[in-house]
This record gives sequence, structure tokens and C-alpha cells, in this order.
Amino acid sequence: MQWIDEAVLLSARPHGETGLLVALLTREHGRHAGLVSFGQSKKHRPAWQTGTLFEIKWQARLAEHLGTVTGEGRTAYAARWLDDAARLGGVAAVCAVAEACIPEREPHPAAFAGLIAFLDELGEDHWPSLYAHWELGILGELGFGLDLSVCAATGTSEDLVYVSPKSGRAVSARAGADYRDKMLPLPSFLRGGITRERAEVAAALELTGFFLERHVLAPHGKALPAARSRLVDRLRA
Amino acid sequence: MAGTEVERLIGLLARLPGLGPRSARRAALHLLKKREALLQPLTAALADADAKVKTCQVCGNFDSVDPCTICSDASREATICVVEDVAGLWAMERTGLYKGRYHVLGGVLSALDGVGPDDLGLDRLLDRVGRGEGSEVILAIGATVDGQTTAHYISDRLAVTGAKVSGLAQGVPVGGELDFLDDGTIGAALRARRPLA
Repeated sequence: MQWIDEAVLLSARPHGETGLLVALLTREHGRHAGLVSFGQSKKHRPAWQTGTLFEIKWQARLAEHLGTVTGEGRTAYAARWLDDAARLGGVAAVCAVAEACIPEREPHPAAFAGLIAFLDELGEDHWPSLYAHWELGILGELGFGLDLSVCAATGTSEDLVYVSPKSGRAVSARAGADYRDKMLPLPSFLRGGITRERAEVAAALELTGFFLERHVLAPHGKALPAARSRLVDRLRA
Repeated sequence: MAGTEVERLIGLLARLPGLGPRSARRAALHLLKKREALLQPLTAALADADAKVKTCQVCGNFDSVDPCTICSDASREATICVVEDVAGLWAMERTGLYKGRYHVLGGVLSALDGVGPDDLGLDRLLDRVGRGEGSEVILAIGATVDGQTTAHYISDRLAVTGAKVSGLAQGVPVGGELDFLDDGTIGAALRARRPLA
């Protein structure tokens, strides 16, 4: 069997002396692995870089096989930002989180569309806030979406400044006043909008990271990727 | 087909990079035919290498002395070139253009391969820079996402030392034609353009 799809390379590691084992996030087929024959060759290795958008062909005798991948690079997103530590960290983090969190071979076209939108907008000043929105979207896509529309206690949509770590729902300043030590801060831009304040984005990533770790990663014995932690550290600095 | 010793030799040769079972058989046959000219000197060289070659505790290079000949060469400039592995060090030495010292990382930051900051020997590098061994640190690490992420990380860590930190240029290779280059390389070359006198 075989199929053709668009895919972003999430990671690549050598397999044997010439092959490359790749993890890809595809538009229609979800996260998929595959073997790129001669992927370590001088001709092919420069193309198979994390964060590059490809048009790929995956083929295998049976659907459950690892399969071989051939592809042509379309947009080398990471190559644009090799000199920019923060943006390169953004590419590394988004790919690492996608690889760690999105289940294999389960279509998530919205996650792919969000990833491409983030990579396309990486040149903008507010790119860190787009990254936080992408993680929030991933939580929703995987069935663990946060309800940030109204206060879980009072139903008001005003003055929402906390998120309950238990329910993942927003809580207003007044309703959460007595529990503020236990509540997670809710940066206002996460309810819709952008920010250029990196500290606010770092707080948002604290929030999304908490739920990603609890609902998505911890059940599989995994932790948040190191690339993401480095991005958060850089945003805090 | 052959005795146990021959099969063992073939099996071990087949584990070398660039050799498969078929080429290992050819190599083994060749060695056995040329015992005096090849097999015995090779055996002696391998035993020598095993007994004498060590990892330099200063830079991470392979040499028969520790510190290695590069580290103990007083005529070397006070710059430190950071490379991913010993192959990178050899590549830099082959150019004959670089006259400073080295620091071999032994990998780049990679969650997949389980390489974290503690595995790169950065404390050793910081110590050396702190002692004034290198007024400039040249990061000669691959132009990949993992490689450049590592380079930025090292650059951040070195900021406290006040040493000048630079990276290798990226762009059009010698003999390269624009038509065959990927857009990332062309973009990097364009950003790093320089005036021609």
C-alpha cells in the first residue's frame, strides 16, 4: 500500500550506515514513522532536517509495517532561523512536543494545520504567543481542552485570571481568591488574541505544560521534551 | 564453509563502518593471503592503538599522550574550536588553516538520543575559557536544528565568561551552483553576504 501526503519532519535519526528513521506529522495520516533509504547520503541528509515541510510518498507491503518514505522538501522552515536562537528553539520545541504528544497513525489535520500556521508566522514578533495557542489547540485536539470561556464557579466571563488544575476550567479573580495558591494563572491572551510579552507567554506555557504533562505524557511515562523546557527558559530570561 | 576463527574475523570486520558481510569476507580473505604484509602489521597496530591511544582529558581528542599533542603545543593560538566529534577535529586539522585548540563535545543536544547538556562536557569548556585558555570560542557545529540549538546553548553558557563567541559561516559551498542549492542555504548565504573589494 502507499499514499502521498504533506508532512513536516519532526525528527530524524540514523538507521544503519545509510538509512534515516524519520518521524513525520502528515496532514491526512497523522504522525507517522518511516525509513528513508540513503537518507544519510551527502545528497539527501541536508534536506531531511527537523521542521522542513515535505511532499512525501509512504509505502509498505502492509499498513502496519514501518514503511519507506521518499519525499521532496518544499519549505525548509528551520533553515531560515538557524541564526536566531529563540525562533530555532521554537521550531525545535513545536516538533518535539508534536512528536511526544500526538498519537501515532491517528489523523489530526487540525494539529498539522496549526503547526504549519505557526511555522509560517514565525517571522512575526508575537510568534511565542502563537506557540502557546498551538499547545492549547493540541490539548483540545487530544480531548483534554481547557474551558476558558466562563468561570467554573460563578459562570461569569469577566475577570478570568485563574485555571483550576482539577477541572481545567477558568476561574474568576473573586471566585478563586481563597484558592489562589493552588490555581494556575491564566494569561489573558490565551482566551483569544496575541501578546508580545514573553513573560506572559512563559506563564501560558506553564499552564499548557501542566495539562500536557498530566493528561498526555504522564500516562505514558513521558515528560515534557527538553527542547520545550529550553524554549520556556529562553522566554523567561 | 570456513573455520570458527575465520568466521569470527569476518563477523568482526562486518561490524566496521562501510563493510557488509560480503566485503568483510573479501577483506578477511585478503588479510589471510597477505599475512606478513598486512595481517601481522594490522594486528600489531590494533594492539598498539588499544594499549596506547587514550582520550585527552582536556579536549576529548584521541591521542597516545594525555594531554594530546594539540593541547600541549605551546605555539597554538589562544582560541578554542568546539566540534561535535573527533571527526570534526580531524576535518578542521586537514584544512591547515586553524592553529588554535579544540573542545570535542561528543554529540549535540538531542532528546531522541538522550544527549543533554551534562553529556557535552561544557563545565570543562567553561573552566578552560575561565582560565584564559581561549579568548575566542569558535563553534564549528553542524548546520542542523540540533547542531545550531546546541551552538546557541553553548553561546548562552559562555556569555558569563566574556569570551568572544563566533560560529562558522553558512552558505554557498566551493564549487556549488545556486540552481542546485536548497532555499535555506541560499537564504543563509544571502544574509551573510559581504562586500567585495
